[in-house]
Amino acid sequence: MAEGLLDIVIRTLWIAGAALLISAAFSIPISLTIGLRKFRGRETLISIFNSLTGMPTVALGLFLYLLFSNRGPLGLLDLLYTPGAIIIGQAILILPIFVSILTNAIESVDPQLRDLAKTLGASESQASMAVLKEAKKGGVLAAVSAFNRGIAELGVALMIGGNLAGVTRVMTTQISLGISRGEIDMAINLGLVLIAIVFVLTLISNRLRRD
Amino acid sequence: MTTHIKLKGVAREYEGMKALRGINLAVNKGEILTIIGHNGSGKTTMLRLMALLDDPTNGEIVYNGEKINKTNAAKYRKEVTMVFQKQVLFNTTVYENIAYGLKLRGERKPNILKMVESALDSVYLKNFGPRCARKLSGGEQQRVILARALALKPELLLLDEPTSNLDPTNAKIVENIIEKLRGKTTAVVATHNIFQAKRISDRVGCLLNGKIIDVDTPKNIFTKPKNEEIRRFARGEFF
Repeated sequence: MAEGLLDIVIRTLWIAGAALLISAAFSIPISLTIGLRKFRGRETLISIFNSLTGMPTVALGLFLYLLFSNRGPLGLLDLLYTPGAIIIGQAILILPIFVSILTNAIESVDPQLRDLAKTLGASESQASMAVLKEAKKGGVLAAVSAFNRGIAELGVALMIGGNLAGVTRVMTTQISLGISRGEIDMAINLGLVLIAIVFVLTLISNRLRRD
Repeated sequence: MTTHIKLKGVAREYEGMKALRGINLAVNKGEILTIIGHNGSGKTTMLRLMALLDDPTNGEIVYNGEKINKTNAAKYRKEVTMVFQKQVLFNTTVYENIAYGLKLRGERKPNILKMVESALDSVYLKNFGPRCARKLSGGEQQRVILARALALKPELLLLDEPTSNLDPTNAKIVENIIEKLRGKTTAVVATHNIFQAKRISDRVGCLLNGKIIDVDTPKNIFTKPKNEEIRRFARGEFF
């Protein structure tokens, strides 16, 4: 069944948005822990997250395919070829980017700011929130970079989404399909829309970080 | 005189280094007690322990007759605040900086507005509320920091080198603000400026290599030192 490009764009945006929210829910506490606490293995953990920012999407897609396939350990969840699978895949893919950038931003906040919040009556968690607020520009950069990585990836969407029309078809998989079918004009148009989304979001983030 | 806060045999080590070695000190309610000592003598460490930012390695801290522990620390924290040597401000307006602690205390917005205005008035920065705190001059920033602490109406105010980065005019203003606290708020001021200690203190504590070697009135410390060590201290020979 043919579907409109607008439907594909909207699906792409909500899948990437949901992945971003899930990723943020994990990334923020992870970044606060790494950025504010001193513990054994901290530097190694930072290196691991930094290395994973360049994680090949095809490798992640394959790993998740094996996990979600009928014979895989999570096969019972029946997630393969559903938007839910792509959301999980993208959330995992963008998590290291979110964590690396946000941790860096938290580390760059004056360490005395947390102590200051405490001397003004803040609890540990309130003091951590004060640091997070101070690192908000880095947080915006982390969110936009992570979203852009998620929305532009192909490997995960193709391997565990299956490019099902009306269900899991997103902009990148539609572009890939268009090229294989010789529908170059459609692929170019969609590609331009994708670039425009990334470009506009980056501009907005730059503006927010300047204010 | 009622004792407000008491340090009993308080010691603190950092990675094997003894920063404080068995401090015994009682601070009276409403007094201005100045702790003088050279850089690295343990002044900041002592204030951090009193502010509950760090735990003592040994000894105990007694506040209003009650030993500080994990269960009463939160309540105690609402009554104490500290001004750091380094000027630390939230990257927002002067108003938001001062309102932060008040919001944590559950104050209502109209009250916060009044309390912020009154605090700004007390440091001669009326109408500075909407300005960006980090864009003010060093002297103005220090006064905002003081206003932020004073707005909370703390029972105990800890000040770590409050005038070390200021020009003489601003230092004088800050000293005047501290002196106005006498009798109302207990203030412990760490400084290496012995002239400042002479000017503003009810009592002076001499901290040398992590130990309090004497606590007495400025007059006795500086004119009638008990022994040669304190005499040398009062002359600034250890600084």
